[in-house]
Amino acid sequence: MFKTYSYPKFPYVQSAAQKTGEVVRHKLVIIGAGPIGLTAALDAAAQGLPCVVLDDNDTVSVGSRAVCYAKRPLEVWDRLGVGERMVAKGVGWKLGKVFFQDRLSYQFDLLPEDDNKMPAMINLQQYYLEEYMVDEIGRLPRVDLRWKHKLIAIEQQSDHAVLTVETPDGVFTMEADWVLACDGANSGVRAMVGAQFTGQFFQDRFLIADVIMKAAYPTERWFWFDPPFHPNQSVLLHRQPDDVWRIDFQLGWDADANEEKKPEKIIPRVKAMLGDDREFELEWASVYQFACRRIDDFRYGRVLFAGDAAHQVSPFGARGANTGVQDTDNLLWKLKLVIEGAAPLSLIDSYNEERAFAADDNLLNSTRATDFITPKSASSRLYRDATLQLAEQPEAEFARKLVNSGRLSMPTPYRHSSLNTPDEEVFSGAMHPGTNCADAPVKRQGREGWFLNQIGGGFTLLSFGPTPVESVAFGSVTARVLQVGRDIEDEKGVLAARYDAKPGTTYLLRPDQHVAARWRGFDEQKIVQALARAVAA
Amino acid sequence: MSLTLTPNIPDPDDFYKELIDSQRHMDDAQAAMMNCKLVLLLANHIGDRAIIHEALRRAGGAV
Ligand SMILES: Cc1cc2nc3c(=O)[nH]c(=O)nc-3n(C[C@H](O)[C@H](O)[C@H](O)COP(=O)(O)OP(=O)(O)OC[C@H]3O[C@@H](n4cnc5c(N)ncnc54)[C@H](O)[C@@H]3O)c2cc1C
Repeated sequence: MFKTYSYPKFPYVQSAAQKTGEVVRHKLVIIGAGPIGLTAALDAAAQGLPCVVLDDNDTVSVGSRAVCYAKRPLEVWDRLGVGERMVAKGVGWKLGKVFFQDRLSYQFDLLPEDDNKMPAMINLQQYYLEEYMVDEIGRLPRVDLRWKHKLIAIEQQSDHAVLTVETPDGVFTMEADWVLACDGANSGVRAMVGAQFTGQFFQDRFLIADVIMKAAYPTERWFWFDPPFHPNQSVLLHRQPDDVWRIDFQLGWDADANEEKKPEKIIPRVKAMLGDDREFELEWASVYQFACRRIDDFRYGRVLFAGDAAHQVSPFGARGANTGVQDTDNLLWKLKLVIEGAAPLSLIDSYNEERAFAADDNLLNSTRATDFITPKSASSRLYRDATLQLAEQPEAEFARKLVNSGRLSMPTPYRHSSLNTPDEEVFSGAMHPGTNCADAPVKRQGREGWFLNQIGGGFTLLSFGPTPVESVAFGSVTARVLQVGRDIEDEKGVLAARYDAKPGTTYLLRPDQHVAARWRGFDEQKIVQALARAVAA
Repeated sequence: MSLTLTPNIPDPDDFYKELIDSQRHMDDAQAAMMNCKLVLLLANHIGDRAIIHEALRRAGGAV
């Protein structure tokens, strides 16, 4: 029993199709109602695409699991209507402290960039995240979320898949034009289609403990290398809502998982860490080991993979859920256009192109942090410790840059994507074809708002000047004009600065709020070409 | 620019003595730690990744 959270139990309902034995063909079936499957379902609904979600369980994530959510996924959730609730409940943190042995090595500020709706990072237990999404789905008639539905087999046909599903009422069959497997790191679907899941396995174990602590600890991230209360290993302390604190203890490879999970083992560890008689209660604990690996292809015929089913990273840098949300952000608009016949099938293949690239970037970051935190040889350990010792010297700023206790999860720009139209003119600043759109405060009809809330879902032509038309179309794909100075006001000039805009500058923005192309003027013919390219036509 | 391999330290014997003397009071573990710090400090001073790469290779590293 949790003291700070009561688990919802979602009702199992037998479907009409299972009752009657009718085999129904669905456009999209999502396997798994974890953070990624739920996000995918919300995005499908936002695209006007009906879907069925199957989950073998009937509640949310047991234990807090993912804790840190970064700005970009929060922006995605905001587009889907659940971001504000997450931010309201989550706790923000700005200061990170790094300790080496018995002393503070240095501290860093998460320096959030001003003029963004979403914070750089929040901490929130995964069960809240999932619960909020399930709540939202309850308001969406097009999402058919079915609990206690376990996928047990998949058979692929040329243009659909046949799914065998088990419920408390037995086994039945359904069909899907497309299947999106979000069934987690141990994905059964992956095995069913014969996909490879390879990478690096780390010979290490970690104890994750959630403790309730009313004591006034500051809302900071504390990371210890080799602390006196847990020699030779690392420890991480993080605050979550409801006075719940997450503590990660590195245990090493020889630790006995079942033994370490026992409260009589955990409590002394936490006591030693707190170093005094501060009162705390143990809420949840788990021991795990991890791997960094990814699937060889995000698409197998009519089956697509997203989230942990497609890639697994170490928890350092909090990347798992953060990157998974960006998978479905990338995929759902493409699926919708392909299902509608508005774009060729090759648009779906750009999903693998863009997200496998991002997964590799995440894996690289996560492996680097892991290698720093858990050095694999005496010599790499010596370098690690030398870096930490140098980092304590106030002048040695360079060493602090080398310390890697997990880097903040940042979106991977699709810099070389085949959907991009390369720049023909000179632009400066952080935006490029393939990067996610920067936010900015704007006014709409005299009311304060945010730029990202004005775009997304479909293609947008952001123009910093008058345009001859209100929209540009390629076939049935339309990009509507959003004119700065007419539809939205950029009073602070932040939007223009972030997009390096001059009068006449035009951006073609994708439904997932990424830059597809940009010009210094408004040339309809070029826009049509770029739009065609952005849908892989 | 490439890695300088021609003599670049004006008084080689004196430099070498200073290097050795700097660790004279240390045990192996302390000296190993110091060597690591020295590598990090000098690498940052050089900064140029191509030169650092060449040095890593010349020192026998698998790069
Ligand atoms: C200790 C820990 C800390 C973490 N910290 C962070 C963090 O701070 N930030 C972050 O971004 N990530 C973090 N992660 C990772 C994060 O929890 C995962 O990346 C995330 O849960 C993945 O979501 P998912 O939806 O892909 O898979 P899951 O959450 O695993 O969900 C899969 C779902 O599929 C269902 N399912 C499985 N098989 C079937 C089937 N055959 N039929 C029907 N349903 C099925 C399961 O019941 C489950 O509901 C952490 C993970 C752990 C373990």
